[in-house]
Order: sequence, then C-alpha cells, then structure tokens
Amino acid sequence: MPGLEDLYREIILDHYRNPRNRGELPTPPAHRFEGFNPLCGDEILVYVDLEDGVVSDVRIGGQGCSISQSSASMMSAAVKGKTVAEVRDLTTAFKGMMSIHETQLEGTDEEGEPPPDSGSDIALGDLEALRGVVKFPVRIKCATLSWNTLAQGLDELAADEST
Amino acid sequence: MAMTRDRALDTTRLRQDFPILGREVNGHRLVYLDSAGSAQKPRQVLDAMDDFYRRSYANVHRGAYTLANEASEALESAREKVAHFIGAGSPNEVIFTKNATEAMNLVVNSWGRANLRDGDVVVLTVLEHHANIVPWQILADQIEIELRWVPLDHQGHLDLTALDELVDGAKVVSFSAMSNVLGTLTPVRRIADAARAAGAMVMVDACQFVPHNPTDVAELGADFIAFSAHKMCGPTGIGALWGREAMLDAMPPFLGGGSMISDVRLDGFTPAPLPHKFEAGTPPIAEAVGFGAAVDYLSALGMDSVRRHEVELTSYALRTLTERFGDQIAISGPSEPAERGGVFSLAYRDLHPHDISQVLDERAVCIRAGHHCAKPLMRYMGVGATARASVYVYNDESDIDALSEGLEAAGEFFAF
Repeated sequence: MPGLEDLYREIILDHYRNPRNRGELPTPPAHRFEGFNPLCGDEILVYVDLEDGVVSDVRIGGQGCSISQSSASMMSAAVKGKTVAEVRDLTTAFKGMMSIHETQLEGTDEEGEPPPDSGSDIALGDLEALRGVVKFPVRIKCATLSWNTLAQGLDELAADEST
Repeated sequence: MAMTRDRALDTTRLRQDFPILGREVNGHRLVYLDSAGSAQKPRQVLDAMDDFYRRSYANVHRGAYTLANEASEALESAREKVAHFIGAGSPNEVIFTKNATEAMNLVVNSWGRANLRDGDVVVLTVLEHHANIVPWQILADQIEIELRWVPLDHQGHLDLTALDELVDGAKVVSFSAMSNVLGTLTPVRRIADAARAAGAMVMVDACQFVPHNPTDVAELGADFIAFSAHKMCGPTGIGALWGREAMLDAMPPFLGGGSMISDVRLDGFTPAPLPHKFEAGTPPIAEAVGFGAAVDYLSALGMDSVRRHEVELTSYALRTLTERFGDQIAISGPSEPAERGGVFSLAYRDLHPHDISQVLDERAVCIRAGHHCAKPLMRYMGVGATARASVYVYNDESDIDALSEGLEAAGEFFAF
C-alpha cells in the first residue's frame, strides 16, 4: 500500500508552499488558458507570453490541491524559455509518466520504472517527483490539470493561426 | 468511547449488522464518514437481495409461473413498504426510478413539458444539487422558462425574506429538504404552502432528508418528492418518485417501452395505469427487494431514533471540532444541531479538501472532497471544493474523534 510519502515528496510540498511564477500576465499580449477539474472543482489559469514561438514568460493562477498546484508550479518553471514544440514534447513525456500501469498500481514495482511507452529521452528533472501520483489514481487528474490546460490552449492558438 | 447514558441508537450492536465496517483499510479500523454520498448496507439488505436472486428471481408482470409471481409480489411488496415509510396514500403514488436524479428528470420532462410555456417561472434555491438544477436548464433550452433563485443567509439557511415575491407568478417551486453540503434543513412546509398558495407545483429533493428524518408526505405538503435507496442503506440503481396520484395520472409518460403500456398499435399506444406508466422496461427488481429491506431495517430502528442519534452526533461533532481547532476550522451551515443534518463541510486552515481527504484516507477515515454536485453553491460560498464528513446510523463519537485526529495530522503534515 503506497503511503503519503510516495505522494507528497518534499519537492512537491516545496512547490506547494512556495509556488513559482504565481500571478497573472496582462492579456494581450499574454494568452490566458483556463482549465477545470470537474471532479473536484479545481480550476487553473495559465498565462503565457509567446515570442517567436518561445515561451518567454508564464504565470499560474487559480486554486487547487497541493498536487495540482505543485505540478503547475513545476510546469511553469519547466516550460519557461522553451519553444512551443519543446513544451509539447515535455507535456507528452510528463503525461506518459502519469499514465497508469497495472504493475505500478499493484505496488509490485516499488520504484516505479518509467513506463515503456514514455519512450522519450526528455529529462523531467523535478517533475520526476510527481511519479508517485500514479499510485493514487484519483489524483492523476490533479497532476495533469495544468499540463492539459496549457496543451489545449496552445493547440487552440495553433488552430486559430492556421485558419 | 463508552457511554452509558440513554442513547438513541445502540451503535455498538448496530455496527455488527454492517459487514464492511469490520474491514480494515491501511491497517486501521474503517471510519466511514461519507453516508451523504452513499450509505453502507446492513446484512439484512444484502441477504434479502441474495436470497431473492437465489430463490425467487424472474422477470416481473410477465409470466404465469411461480417464480414470476413471487418476483412480481416481491417488487410490489417493496413498493408498499416504501409507500408506507413515507406516508403515501397509495402504493400507486410510488414510482421506482433509477435514482433520485432520474425521479426529478421524470417530473421536469413529463410534468414540465406538459405544463410549462415560454415565460413561465421556475423557482429554485442556490443550495440545490445539480440534479435539481441541470434538468431545468436543459428544459430551458426548449421552453423559455425563467429560473429564479432563493438566496442563503450567512448561516446557510434559505433566506426567505422575499419568498412571497419570488414565488409570485411562479409555476414551479423546486428545492431540497436538506442540503447535501451545508446540512441545512429547509422549512419545507412553509415554502410548499407559499408556493401552492401562489399556484405553483412543488417538488422536493428529499434525497438527504428521507434517510435521516421521519417522513410524512402529507405533512411536507409537496406535490412530488424524490429520493434514492442507496443513501438509506439500500442498493444503488433504484430510487423513488412520490407524487400526488391525480397529478401523476394527468402526466404524460416519460420513458417509453415495455411494461409502461396497456396497448400498442401501429398508430399509437395506451399507457398503463399507475405506477407502471412511468416504469418502462424491466425494473430493478432485486434492488427493489433491497430497498424494501432497507426500509424495514430503518423502520425497526425507528426514524425518530435515527434523527435523535444524528442530532446527538452532530452536537458532539460541532462541539468537539470547534473546541479542538478553534478558529482554524470553519464548519459550514447552521450552528444549531436541531436545524441541520449530520453533514459537515469543513474548511481547515488553508488545506485543500483533496489533501485533507488523502491524509485521512491513510487512517481509513473516508470523507468526501469536492464540489458535491453543487457547483453553484460552491461559487456562492466562494470556494472550489469542501471536505465533507457525514454521519449515519452506524457512526458514533469514536468516528468523530478519528476525524478530529486525522485533521490534526493533516495540519501537521502540511504545516508551513
């Protein structure tokens, strides 16, 4: 049975207590993306400034639990300075880590080897701390809320630009 | 915690009826505090359903063989028990539905479509569960009804100062008898009387009320009430709509199919008489048997005792939690136990409900974290979610103590 320390790693609690890039950016020029977790009522606001396809600045608003807030905080630190393409790759890698694997859920794989289909060589850094979340299936949506919000927002922007 | 004073319910003995309460989770005794979400089931209900499946199961109202007769009798006997439990004039007034949500959708779709026109007013309250909001909003897409909202006062009571103006000219007043978030018991009779005086139909979401209070539909004064079996020790998959017989009779069917007809021709159909007019398809037969057994179980405890027990436990919870945590805890809803049920939405320090619930789960304390299907109320309260503990017949002071200790532990774990 996974314990609380599997979920609430110290680095997660640190990001929860001291969230990075908390706040707003003026829109425009920034883009504002909004996401909800209908399960728990959490909502997240992601503000991004894009310059030549690079995330030049990012801010996080909204409310949520320690997992959604720390994941958003870590995401904000991870995507700043990255190109939109790099952000997409990072999102794919992160969501790969968050996908449920039976063996991990049954606790047979204590350390939680990277799922075989994460298949990328992208370094997740601090984000690795969120790996334990997959052992708590109902919390996965908390961890992925900010990432889905950002990815969906970027997709909509791209769709707008191509029309 | 041993107590020898006269208690409303002997929880120590009663807990033996609930097999799941013997389970350990994470090495701890299970402390189940989510009965407002769904109640646990006593062996009397489990056995009744099991026995029915093993001995008497067949489809109902179809065959002439012994099993079919026994199954039909079991279904109708359950209906009689439920009717008796709520003081219905006739079993024909009890329609079995999938749950309370479907019961309310039935009324909105059948009565609503037949009786509402563009410009008609429907009065709801801001503390409603989504089940008494969204069906009306769906209907509002097709018929331009105006939704009016009864506000709340600072303690989570309905603010009825403008009730007469709100119901003036209304065609429907539909509201909850007890909030699933705040625990607030609403003055059903007073609102129903005002609504009926204004000529409005009255529907009551009694999902949290019927399991916890003696219920007499004549006293409530509504036209329809909806409730679910699973919140009153019965199975999932079955609920009930009670309605005044004359009104149900006048309403068009909701779902069409088998069982709900007297005759079907190529050019149309004739609906069956009540209650089957509203029960299309094979009904939840074993679930009805379980519903009946749950009603028997609660009746044997005595609903007056059930209510008294919950007032005792509510007093204990409000007192001990406030004593222990002072202004670090905020418990929503009325502070007077007599004005509320045993549902406690907590804000504890600045911890998120999910995080509280996670720490409590490690101690096998089950509470609900989320918006409780009442997002308009959450917005009204200015929160995204609450941590909600709720009690029922099998809970006692030791469960509240476990909650209290779990909150303390959560506070320490997330201490800044």
